[in-house]
Amino acid sequence: MPWDPLILSRMQFAWVIAWHILLPAFTVGAASYIALLEGLHLATGRDVYLHVSNFWTRIFAVAFGMGVVTGIVMPFQFGTNWSRLSELAGNIIGPTLAYEGLMAFFLEAAFLGVLLFGRRLVPPWAHFIAALMVALGTLFSAFWILATNSWMQTPAGYTRIDGRFYPADWFEIVFNPSFPYRFAHTVTGFYVTTGFVVLGVGAYTIRRGQFRDEGRVMMMTALSLLAVLVPLQMLIGDQHGLNTRRYQPAKLAAIEARWDTGSGVPLTLFALPDQTGEQNKYAIEVPYLGSLILTHSLDGTIQGLKDFPADQRPPVAIVFFAFRIMVGLAALMLLMVSVGWWLRYRRILFYSVWYLRACQLAIPIGFIAVLAGWTTTEEGRQPWTVYGLLRTADSVTPSLVGHDVILSLLLYAVAYVIIYPTGFFYVLRLVRMGPRGMPPSPPIEAGRPRMPVTELPSPSKSEAVP
Amino acid sequence: MTEPAISFVGIWTTLIAAGVFLYVLLDGFDLGVGVLHGFARERADRDLIMNAIAPIWDGNETWLVFCGLALMAAFPLAFAIIIPAVYFPILVMLIALVFRGVAFEFRYEDRPRRAFWDCAFQVGSLVATFAQGVVLGAFIQGFRVEGRQFTGSSLDFLTPFSILAGFALLFGYGLLGAGWLIIKTEGALQDWARRQGRRCLVGVVLGIAAVSLWTPLMNHHIAERWFSLPDILFLWPVPIVTLAVIIWEWRALNGSVDAAPFIAAILLFLLSYLGVAISLWPMIVPYQFTIWEAAASPSTQGFLLVGTLFLLPVILMYSGWSYWVFRGKARSDIGYH
Repeated sequence: MPWDPLILSRMQFAWVIAWHILLPAFTVGAASYIALLEGLHLATGRDVYLHVSNFWTRIFAVAFGMGVVTGIVMPFQFGTNWSRLSELAGNIIGPTLAYEGLMAFFLEAAFLGVLLFGRRLVPPWAHFIAALMVALGTLFSAFWILATNSWMQTPAGYTRIDGRFYPADWFEIVFNPSFPYRFAHTVTGFYVTTGFVVLGVGAYTIRRGQFRDEGRVMMMTALSLLAVLVPLQMLIGDQHGLNTRRYQPAKLAAIEARWDTGSGVPLTLFALPDQTGEQNKYAIEVPYLGSLILTHSLDGTIQGLKDFPADQRPPVAIVFFAFRIMVGLAALMLLMVSVGWWLRYRRILFYSVWYLRACQLAIPIGFIAVLAGWTTTEEGRQPWTVYGLLRTADSVTPSLVGHDVILSLLLYAVAYVIIYPTGFFYVLRLVRMGPRGMPPSPPIEAGRPRMPVTELPSPSKSEAVP
Repeated sequence: MTEPAISFVGIWTTLIAAGVFLYVLLDGFDLGVGVLHGFARERADRDLIMNAIAPIWDGNETWLVFCGLALMAAFPLAFAIIIPAVYFPILVMLIALVFRGVAFEFRYEDRPRRAFWDCAFQVGSLVATFAQGVVLGAFIQGFRVEGRQFTGSSLDFLTPFSILAGFALLFGYGLLGAGWLIIKTEGALQDWARRQGRRCLVGVVLGIAAVSLWTPLMNHHIAERWFSLPDILFLWPVPIVTLAVIIWEWRALNGSVDAAPFIAAILLFLLSYLGVAISLWPMIVPYQFTIWEAAASPSTQGFLLVGTLFLLPVILMYSGWSYWVFRGKARSDIGYH
């Protein structure tokens, strides 16, 4: 069978989710950042915050619009390609996903219009509330989608009848063992991602010299937030790892490419894991460090992959390398932030061209780390959709044949290959235009009599008409 | 598990039915506006047409996600059978919605390729609408099912009837879109919208007539439902009222009241929707599973219901507020420019 609908469906899911996740990775943080800027402007009255906020709101609008439409694709994947999963686990993951729609999407959609187009229609405080609501919406969204994902990773609070999952305790389902860690880790990761985007764009803005004040605000707000968030993220990541060791030991073994169970295990810095030979080639190891990091004690025990039947092990090499990319980037982030503060301490931050350039280069760093982390957790839970209970192979839609999925994958591929570069270049252009100086806010117009508008194109006309 | 004393099946059926209807109305008019947008000659007119829906379209589209997810949660069996059976129409609809959605932003920023994004907006709206009609047609036709799974092929959806339903919905959404534009515009553009509305109404009438004749011929369940005693005694007003509304819509499109064509179009959709519901009741996977057979566990439906009953009014309130903020005629300076 050359074209396997299972493999193709997995490729399709990976394709649509990977592109989609890039957008929330930015918009979750950007929404909160805009709300912060709006708050600062409301509190201090300084126009520079308004300029920076307007600038990021424009970019946010593009990313959010793309996030909405690529997000609509996602729930339908559960029906088109993973109908067995929907039928067997729908009693549990249905409501948690539906709550995302109810609590998050409507909130975001309703207030986004006001945030984008309503500055002149509502008073400043209402505009600030709109920004807050959009930010809150993105967090609700992350809450429910990660609750759903975490339940599939570490199922709890269910009973099983005829292979189908039924809810027994909703609190246990939502707050399942891995959820608090995954939620904290993901949201912090998203904030860090946005932080590095703002830092890099701020650096670029300063280097161009045209909007230095705005650039400084961007860099300093980003550096301040990152100084807290990056170390915090490392701490949360460590806790998440301990949680994975307890609830998904096979995933942890794959992350570490550890084949044999042992105590006082070394940390494998690099190796080429050999899945069929059940061993590592060219391993570079640091003695005892593995146990120390993963169990917080020198002689802690780590379970090896050989403890699990071969058909219950994740693909080791992918998980192993994805994890190392993520951790390596985290170390780089810490370095960037430390150097930034050191330069700031010496009062040469805004004049150190090499550092400003480095910040520009680091713009995608968070996105890559998010993708690597997501790959680690999703490949690491294979071959299961509901961990240890429902196999991925038993989750796929049975009526699908290979060429159905080839065709759909191809269409998704073409669509995303067109819209993502367009969106990217478009954002790039917005960045190049820079935070244009905005005129002082015109008076609020809501409640005024209807104004004729058909006389286009003359943007100033509607101002003149009483 | 113990059987609870109360069942939520009725209320969930009502909620999802209402949700689908709201989606059809709201995204219906803005998809319809998208279809009509391409027929406008002047660029300034196109900009204004776009701004008539720019602040609200993604809220409208959110109802689609809500309906999909609510169906998965409250009737997982129906979700698991219906969606794979309409694999390609759903795929095409999603991709069309992607292009149409990003076109809102891109046509204003990607000026060198504005013609392409204008086209993406219109064709995306058109294809998404057509695909939704095809889904509806396939749904009315029914699916091949064994046990609890769809066992047909991914091309089963493609029949003359589903194609007809696709065209009928195109005219339907076009009518809603014209109604919305009549409310949001003035002068020459409004006259143009009224003209488009009349054209769409002709298509809608033909569509309704064809579907109403075809379905009872195609399916004896539906024929029995409509033409047997005593049901016919209760059901005869449905086609009569529909006829009356069609006449009212025609006069409204030629009249001078801004809101009337939109309201009449909503009524027309409501009646057609009722017609389909009467034909299929109480099946949720037509001719295979009833709403009670496909329902999720009471605990699932109950858990989601608590939040829904609390959140739905709140959602309607702030969605309404967002419509209120952008009330009045569409303006060239609010929205993208």
